[in-house]
Amino acid sequence: MLNRTAENVARATPEPLARKVRGISDKGLAWLFISPTILLLLAINIFPLFWAIYLSFTNYRANRPNEVVKNLGLANYQRILGDKDIWIAMQTTAHFVFWTILLQTLIGFTLAWLIDRKFRGHAFWTTLILVPMMLSPAVVGNFWRFLYEPQIGLFAYAISFVTRIPPTDIQMLSNVSLAPWSIIIVDTWMWTPYVMLICLAGLRSIPEYIYEAAEVDRASNWRQFWSITLPMALPFIMLAVLFRGIENFKMFDMVNLLTGGGPGSTTEVASITLKRQAFESWRTGYSSAFAIILFVAVFGLANIYVKALNKVKQR
Amino acid sequence: MKSSLKLALGLTSAITASTAVANAAHAEDLTLCWAAWDPANALVELSKDFTKETGIGMKFEFVPWTNYADRFLNELNSHGKLCDLIIGDSQWIGGAAENGHYVKLNDFFDKEKISMDDFVPATVVGYSEWPKNTPNYWALPAMGDVVGWTYRKDWFSKPELQKEFKEKYGWDLGPPTTFDQLKQVAEFFQKREIDGKTVYGASIYTERGSEGITMGAMDVLYSYGFQYENPKKPYEMEGFVNSDKSVKGLEFYKALYDCCTPPGASNSYMGEGVDAFKSGQVAMHMNFAFTWPGLQKDENVGGDKIGYFVNPKGPDGEQFAQLGGQGISVVSYSDKQEAALKYIKWFANKDVQAKWWSLGGYSCLNAVVKDPKFPASQPYAQTFLDSMAIVKDFWAEPSYAPLLQASQKRFHDYVVAGQGSAKDALDGLVKDWTQVFQDDGKM
Repeated sequence: MLNRTAENVARATPEPLARKVRGISDKGLAWLFISPTILLLLAINIFPLFWAIYLSFTNYRANRPNEVVKNLGLANYQRILGDKDIWIAMQTTAHFVFWTILLQTLIGFTLAWLIDRKFRGHAFWTTLILVPMMLSPAVVGNFWRFLYEPQIGLFAYAISFVTRIPPTDIQMLSNVSLAPWSIIIVDTWMWTPYVMLICLAGLRSIPEYIYEAAEVDRASNWRQFWSITLPMALPFIMLAVLFRGIENFKMFDMVNLLTGGGPGSTTEVASITLKRQAFESWRTGYSSAFAIILFVAVFGLANIYVKALNKVKQR
Repeated sequence: MKSSLKLALGLTSAITASTAVANAAHAEDLTLCWAAWDPANALVELSKDFTKETGIGMKFEFVPWTNYADRFLNELNSHGKLCDLIIGDSQWIGGAAENGHYVKLNDFFDKEKISMDDFVPATVVGYSEWPKNTPNYWALPAMGDVVGWTYRKDWFSKPELQKEFKEKYGWDLGPPTTFDQLKQVAEFFQKREIDGKTVYGASIYTERGSEGITMGAMDVLYSYGFQYENPKKPYEMEGFVNSDKSVKGLEFYKALYDCCTPPGASNSYMGEGVDAFKSGQVAMHMNFAFTWPGLQKDENVGGDKIGYFVNPKGPDGEQFAQLGGQGISVVSYSDKQEAALKYIKWFANKDVQAKWWSLGGYSCLNAVVKDPKFPASQPYAQTFLDSMAIVKDFWAEPSYAPLLQASQKRFHDYVVAGQGSAKDALDGLVKDWTQVFQDDGKM
């Protein structure tokens, strides 16, 4: 049937066109098929990247299109690297990335390990645990803002119930010491299931016979965990850390919704600073330079990490 | 065959003609861009008269305050044609004029005999002129606004509270006339039980993201003696922005935030303030006058329960208030400038302005606000008039956005996060603002 259709199409194709098509090599045909994707990629990814690199050396401001654009050389980069506030934002980002990854990895792996026991109802619990990850960050940010509300929020009442501190004194989003933790808690709540899923895939990929051999050798559960489970699941854990690390380095939505970078600049992560410079202060050239610095930092760190990951996999 | 061809041709012509007529009608529709708030609803109602008179339809693009500047400045910067008319914030005027976003209205005003002398002077300077105090007009004053205060008249008039207050502070509990008095009243009400509910002293502006804390802090700083620059030497800020008086003003704002605001009010602006007052949380409430008509009508806190007062005096008796409000401009990228100018001409009419006020908008026309009946027309009318007489505004320079971002950061870092001192914050602000003006080549 297919052959007959192909023959019909071939017969119906005008001779000049058919000659042209016959003239295209396999490689040419492959290029023909992937060229729309490549063009799209160039237009929406590569061109903006090179354009941003160009802008980063200028004083261009998007809100003043009529002004003469001056070449500033490396001045924007020098100013960013010498700006105390930028370094504070980078420290805040590092603090946030470190704690979220640590908590998500610990809790995510523990949950995966428990779910992997395949107890009664484990499928139901898996689905339930995955729910936060399926929600929109805008929804999560807004409802956690209400939960954290000191006068009506359930979170404050729950903590107050346990600690006996009045709920109005538990100001998660207004208190300088608590505000960073309020974001870490929400991010951990939302993204731990993601880490759990990856870890679960890792745990399920370990062949059962290895454990059976360990049993024969009378290895304790603890020994099995340290010598089999953890090393064999490690590449998956590292992959989860990589994904979450890259995502959290760029974290914007949750911080913006919960604290807007405040109180003061306590939770102002790099992406919030970048947004303020680019779209509120309209320093397009300056913010392009900052974006390039962030890109290089993430790209560099991710590369080093991927090399380490490959080494672990080869072991 | 011929008849069916004729029929087809006839139908096609009829459809084309009707579409053309419809398009012609739509082509005259004007789009007006503004913030999504109560006065915008009043303007929709008011504009129906314009459509009735001229046959020009009106469409509206309203964006919440939190995105208002981002959305419309992006639109103007990209030379978009969405808005034919725009009611832009007072601080945009410098940038919009210098970057050619607004149509200059001088010739139009001359031709239509619209005189800026007919409008409240502060609104002309604040909403229309660039450079300031020069007769170059880019907007018609549209919506007068100023920061003032509301208070719970019903709580203030409780005899037991009046007695206790008098004993404690030695003066009669009433609307404060100085900032010291305001703090005393706020302290008095903070965490007090009234009608079985814990209430708090005052709701003030603390918002970080857009302009909130700057509007609130400046509202206090002006009356303490803050000045943006040396009146004799433009852009010289050292000793003016960070003067001892300014430092005291900022310290006061922080003290007010620390002592007397509701828990969690660390990111509060217009909407949050209204919520705090409407829900009976606070005794006093700092907010722009546009919120007053809505509060006056509120079943729980409006009517006889609400009172209004002008921004209090500072320690040296100086009294100023932060200007809000906007002018209406014709967007230079619009293809319908003629129709848009018709709207401006119609809007400047005295009867239209009187109706604007009656619907809940704040007219800036002298003929309306200086009418002898005006002060009694609404319970807040006199407070509005008194407040408009003492206004000051933030920088309206083309670089107002980075100037505002700097003050947002410095004030929030100090007032809400408690980092550093008031002197540090204001010294830092001088440094930031100097950098902005240097980048602009103005220093």
